[in-house]
Amino acid sequence: MLRYLLLTLAAASFLYPFIWMVSASLSSENGLSSLTLLPVEPTWSNYVNMFSKIPLGRAFLNSVLVAVVTTGLVLVSGAMAGYALARMRFRGRNLIFYLIIFTMTLPMQITLIPNYISMVKLGWVDTYFALIMPFVLNSLSILLFRQAFMGLPQALIDAARLDGCGELRIIFQILLPNILPTVLTITILTFMGLWNEALWPLIVIRDEPTMTMPQLVTLFSVGGRAEAQLGVKIAAAVMLALPIVVLYLFFQRHFIRSMASSGLKD
Amino acid sequence: MRKDKWIPYGLVAPYILHFAVFVAFPVVFSVVLTFHRWNIISPMEFIGLDNYVRLFKDRLFWQAIYNTLRFLVVHIPLQIVVALALAELLNRTVRGASFFRAAFFLPVIVSGVVVTILWQQLLGYNLGLLNRLLTAVSLPRVAWLDDPDIAMYSIAVMATWKNVGLYVILFLVGLQTVPAQYYEAADLEGATDWQKFRYITLPMINPTIFTVVVLSTIGGFSLFIEPYIMTEGGPLNSTLSAVMYIYQQAFQYYHMGYSATLGFFFALLILGVVMLQRRYIEQEN
Repeated sequence: MLRYLLLTLAAASFLYPFIWMVSASLSSENGLSSLTLLPVEPTWSNYVNMFSKIPLGRAFLNSVLVAVVTTGLVLVSGAMAGYALARMRFRGRNLIFYLIIFTMTLPMQITLIPNYISMVKLGWVDTYFALIMPFVLNSLSILLFRQAFMGLPQALIDAARLDGCGELRIIFQILLPNILPTVLTITILTFMGLWNEALWPLIVIRDEPTMTMPQLVTLFSVGGRAEAQLGVKIAAAVMLALPIVVLYLFFQRHFIRSMASSGLKD
Repeated sequence: MRKDKWIPYGLVAPYILHFAVFVAFPVVFSVVLTFHRWNIISPMEFIGLDNYVRLFKDRLFWQAIYNTLRFLVVHIPLQIVVALALAELLNRTVRGASFFRAAFFLPVIVSGVVVTILWQQLLGYNLGLLNRLLTAVSLPRVAWLDDPDIAMYSIAVMATWKNVGLYVILFLVGLQTVPAQYYEAADLEGATDWQKFRYITLPMINPTIFTVVVLSTIGGFSLFIEPYIMTEGGPLNSTLSAVMYIYQQAFQYYHMGYSATLGFFFALLILGVVMLQRRYIEQEN
């Protein structure tokens, strides 16, 4: 009994702030100081004000575009490299494996400034390229693909080769359907990481129409544009959280398993 | 067959290209930058070891390290204790376990931007939930974010709240690898709950503890968005984090060379600390 009491208390401490956030965003300004679970004097005005103050719709589309395109490219490039590392013998294979491990242990603090300078020199500042290209390959996803491909029977590949399949068709048509859990894990990790990333966009994007959601909401919260309008700020936070929370409701188990597998990798 | 020889290289070519542009070049270039003064616009100016000298004399560099340590001193133990306690509770529970897991995990998937905006309200001086609870039991209000002696610890607690769900899951996985026979044998010997925890559970989940320590350390040195939104590094630079200082030097003052020097040293520091932690944990085993 005590155990359930403790667990319920803990769960409440994780859930209550989110519930408060949603109801506060739907409350009038004077309802914001209340701690209730239900909106006080319910109104949409915070959301109406928010959309008139900041181009959140555009930022939403930017975030979707960046996250979807990058995740797609991570899957394609990761599957190719993972397959080569798992199922092919070639000179330099171990070297590449060590490079991947090296990349994973490298703290981002060292690459941050030089990567920004690269973006400047490539003329990618204020473009989608700056938001996408640095993330289109990901060491962890290559390792996860490699592991999944190593677990598949060679007969599957041999049969496909006899049928005259090229390597790309083998990877994407024959093998990938057999490792869908891995594909889902990588999709979730990449998509979530990109959706929530705020630091890199703050560095490479200055131009409002190219900004992603976390960046726009951050600048809105830090810079004085919220003009002490707490309700609008909270509404913006709700909008930023909503898409990923909805995905989480549908793929809850996969989210947890994916994050756990990335944590255990280190 | 000659053509086939090139296929694996074709498959890893995107990786190699990406590695060259976004990993190898930046690492080499960051070392080059540490010997230069550069604002990106005018030509680079070679200044020898000036950046290094400046770094060791820079009060704010040491302040950022000190702040990170203060963060970690609260964050790491709190994270381990809370995550382990929740995992222990969940490990014995069957009914509703998946609901509790899902609830603990919610802050993990949400952007740090959201969590920070949320906690800014919880920690507010006049109307924040925490101070209201304190005043309700007639305790004085606390300046969670405005007192330089407290602000960093408030951020550490917030970061724990955000991440702990992940570590609950990792500990649960760890706890489930402990064979039930060990506990049964201990029961026969008449071991207490604490003895079972100390001599069976703890050694078995040591690798998970190591993971938590390493990930938290890296997280502490990577702290950015939380102080950026909540305190802008203040009050009195008491929440200035490593990455925030790199960011300020690069994008407020355009000191690219010095900023790269900071990044280089923080990276070395992280690798050093993680290696020490690994050695310590291995000794424990």
